[in-house]
Amino acid sequence: MMLLSCPWCGPRDENEFACAGTTHIVRPGPEVSDAEWGRYLFFRANPKGVHRERWRHVYGCGQWFNVARDTVTHQVLAVYRMTEPPPAVPGEGP
Amino acid sequence: MSGHRLAAPAGAFIDRSRTVEFSFNGRPYQGYEGDTLASALLANGVRLVGRSFKLHRPRGIWSAGAEEPSALVDVGSGARRTPNVRATLLPIVPGLSCVSVNCWPGVRLDLGAVNGFFAAVLPAGFYYKTFKWPDWHWYEPAIRRMAGLGVAPREPDPDHYEEVTHATDVLVVGAGLAGLASAVAAARAGARVCLLSGSAHCGGALGWRGDVEVAGLEREARALGVRILMRTVAFGVYDHNLVCALETVSEEGAADLPACVLRERLWKIRAHSVIAAQGAFERPVVFPDNDRPGVMLAHAALKYARAFAVAPGRRALLLANSDAGLALAPQLAACGIEIAAVADGRSQQVEVSAVHGARGVRGATLRAPDGSTERVHCDLILSAGGFAPAVHLHSQAGGRLRWIKDSAMFVPDGAAPGLWSVGACAGAFDRAQARAHAEGTGDALARGQPVPPPPVSGAGICPPARAVARVSGKQFVDLQNDVAAGDIALAARENYRSVEHLKRYTTTGMGTDQGKTSNINALILMGELTQRAAPEVGTTRFRPPYVPVSVGAVVGRRTGALYRPLRRLPAHEWHVGRGALFEIFGDWLRPAAYPLAGESLEAAAEREAHAVRSTAGILDGSPLGKLEVFGPDAARFLDYMYVGSMSSLAVGQARYGLLLNENGTVVDDGIVARLGAERFWVNTTTAGIERTQAAFEEWLQCEFVDFRVLVTPVTSRWANVTVAGPRAWAWLAAAGFDPALAPAAMKHMTLKDSRIEGVPLRVLRASFSGELGYEINLPALKSRWLLERLWSKAAGIGAVPYGIEALQVLRVEKGYLHIGTDTDGTTLPQDVGFARGLERKSVAFVGRRSLTRAAGRDPKRPQMVGLVPADATTVLPVGAQIADRPPPTLTQGHVTSSYRSPALGHPVALAMLADGAARTGDTVRVHHLGRSYAARVVALPFYDPKGSRLNG
Repeated sequence: MMLLSCPWCGPRDENEFACAGTTHIVRPGPEVSDAEWGRYLFFRANPKGVHRERWRHVYGCGQWFNVARDTVTHQVLAVYRMTEPPPAVPGEGP
Repeated sequence: MSGHRLAAPAGAFIDRSRTVEFSFNGRPYQGYEGDTLASALLANGVRLVGRSFKLHRPRGIWSAGAEEPSALVDVGSGARRTPNVRATLLPIVPGLSCVSVNCWPGVRLDLGAVNGFFAAVLPAGFYYKTFKWPDWHWYEPAIRRMAGLGVAPREPDPDHYEEVTHATDVLVVGAGLAGLASAVAAARAGARVCLLSGSAHCGGALGWRGDVEVAGLEREARALGVRILMRTVAFGVYDHNLVCALETVSEEGAADLPACVLRERLWKIRAHSVIAAQGAFERPVVFPDNDRPGVMLAHAALKYARAFAVAPGRRALLLANSDAGLALAPQLAACGIEIAAVADGRSQQVEVSAVHGARGVRGATLRAPDGSTERVHCDLILSAGGFAPAVHLHSQAGGRLRWIKDSAMFVPDGAAPGLWSVGACAGAFDRAQARAHAEGTGDALARGQPVPPPPVSGAGICPPARAVARVSGKQFVDLQNDVAAGDIALAARENYRSVEHLKRYTTTGMGTDQGKTSNINALILMGELTQRAAPEVGTTRFRPPYVPVSVGAVVGRRTGALYRPLRRLPAHEWHVGRGALFEIFGDWLRPAAYPLAGESLEAAAEREAHAVRSTAGILDGSPLGKLEVFGPDAARFLDYMYVGSMSSLAVGQARYGLLLNENGTVVDDGIVARLGAERFWVNTTTAGIERTQAAFEEWLQCEFVDFRVLVTPVTSRWANVTVAGPRAWAWLAAAGFDPALAPAAMKHMTLKDSRIEGVPLRVLRASFSGELGYEINLPALKSRWLLERLWSKAAGIGAVPYGIEALQVLRVEKGYLHIGTDTDGTTLPQDVGFARGLERKSVAFVGRRSLTRAAGRDPKRPQMVGLVPADATTVLPVGAQIADRPPPTLTQGHVTSSYRSPALGHPVALAMLADGAARTGDTVRVHHLGRSYAARVVALPFYDPKGSRLNG
């Protein structure tokens, strides 16, 4: 069970949180093609290494935030609020 | 008898003044307080304690700790029977009763031992290869009965278990010299320290040697406030230094226990740094019939003598393949165990070529390198094949291993993330160096400084294990799973090279002992057979749990009524007084109906539904999900959330809405009412409140971040009392409700705030029954008051309370869909009659773009329709498939809801049917469990299609 630092509540056990997968996905407008809309809905990278994802402190403050996490070591590289610009982290490809 | 009790002062752990009576396989024995079952049995001269897993070979006590592969017993009886308890760890308590595992009728005469005669034809993979045709499952039950260990109880566990969460700076696992030294050093440097001792004694291997250094460290640790948990074994390291440990609280098998005791405690400890100090296991020597009762690990024999004052035998043959093993000879002799011979396997290459005695060691034949043999009379063979550091936690934490060739052992290669090893489990066997390193580690971790690498020293010279050549007799590597050197050779011949394949093919290391004494030997033997060194063969990754963990400890208190706590209505007692039949609906315990004496649930539901259509009924709708949505952008936000425009609502108006997810799938529905310019009241479904609130928050926080909107869940704040039926208003008027709420003054789908006796009411005219309906929201704690007030006027109206079953009958008659019953993860709004609603709405909303994909526009999509059975009597089964012929065939749809309609006098059903809207009037075939029904497709709703009853 990982230890995640909620930006509002501090470090808490993983079972207080829910993960909603990849973050920073840009929602396209309704004018895009079916293929592009399908990519937005269903297609995700599955990186071995740094993954930026969206978590919610469900059994706490209820707030959403972003996490940059290494999917191999589960090391948490950065935690930042939804509206903050993504900080650079080591090991992330261009 | 070979095993016997030694005279004082031996016996650091036992109290000779307190005798303990216990029974083993039905026979009474005596031991002393402080004895384990293993030490007490040895003291009583018992050598044969069990039968092996596959071959039913006689087995004795092999070790003195957690690594025990053979001496497993079932403890207690009935619901308190605990299977596969290691006799080496089980303290004897008065009344303890235990039996050997895996033998019938008894351990001395075991009919399963016939397997032993066929041992030559029962090699690794035998079952897989032999019982292939026609199907392994034909043979599996009988084979499973023959193989196996203890018997699990069938009754529920009467005892309980608890879970404790703890956080600390430094967690030290293991309370031997190194563990104590590091804990004291860390505490001295100011850290919060928690120390786990697997046994009831601190000191590890030194504890039973009466070591004064250890006693001083333990005193200092306690004085410094180190939290010491005794009899607590860390069994797993998980992400970010979460260590799970199991504490034994109550002894197994004690007689006269209360009805329920706290048996075990599961500790979840989050540590900034973990220090592993679990010591090392002794590696056994491989030789023919090395599993006979009387063969034992050499250090275990010394522990029995020193700690328990028990000599496991009178004359011992010491097989010393290591420096440390050789050093045991004088120590054992000093305890009173005669050393018949020492076979020095390091340089002289003396081997055991045979063990004599079928049920227990009576002697052994030694063979020198020149081929000459010598027979030794002995009743004990002590096996000292070198050390295997307990690198389990290091490996679990992601640490790598390196091979120390001289000592034939794996040690940690650097630290694991967040975890440092000290003492013997780091390969540091030299006492002074190990202590200094442990102290340095504790101090450095407490101060946040770099940790020095461990001094790998003191283990001595030890050649790798090897099988004895040109002998008969099985040379066991894994005693628990009956894996012999020959099985590993077979795996090599069949070209299993990977250590993972070796493990799975031979099952070595897969028993309850997880190969603590067998894994390294298996690797070494595999390496020799394939001309590789052990590190080239590699190890399997150690995985939790380090020791067996009872399911009860994992479950903790989450059992029985606490497994899934149910929510109750605020007016629960009022419903009890009305004779409610309660059932579980989602998270709630709610009245399904209020049956009269002798009335079935179905009959009660039909009677209640009929009463709602003819007079009036009252339903406790309190679990209905409720949200308040505030803010300047609230209207715009709700437009995004729902199919149904909410921004165009006037204050006091309400509108139905479907909630979609981004795939366009219907996930909830409900009613939205406008309380003010920037304030809305949102009713969700009972089951959908949490996902709806979560979806609102996700869109607000992650996508529409500039919207100024607040969402407040108020489900438990407001109760909901629903009054429905043609006489609903007459009833409310009789109960003193404001005439402004009368149907003439208040339209359908409007909301008004009102009061009675100062109690605020939020009254919504809406209907899920098709009748005139009022949903009266009021403070939760006032709901019983209102129910009683209305009930006092019910007789004059002819009103009844109605439950969920009647509500279902009513809504199906009206063709109202129920999310999750009539819809599933593929249902789009156009499938359930909302195509026009989609066209009308001009602004964007979540999921809209997905509805226009090709699949969404397919006219053959399933659509919600009504079905009436052709015979007008059969209630169609829910889940039945609609198809032209019985399955297997392509389905055209399925029945989603089905009830007998009291209003229409025949059954009705809702179904999802391909191209359903175009098939009105068709007759379809409905199939279920081998039966077939004809049904007519009809337009919805079944009842009151003009909706005129809504106005009373």
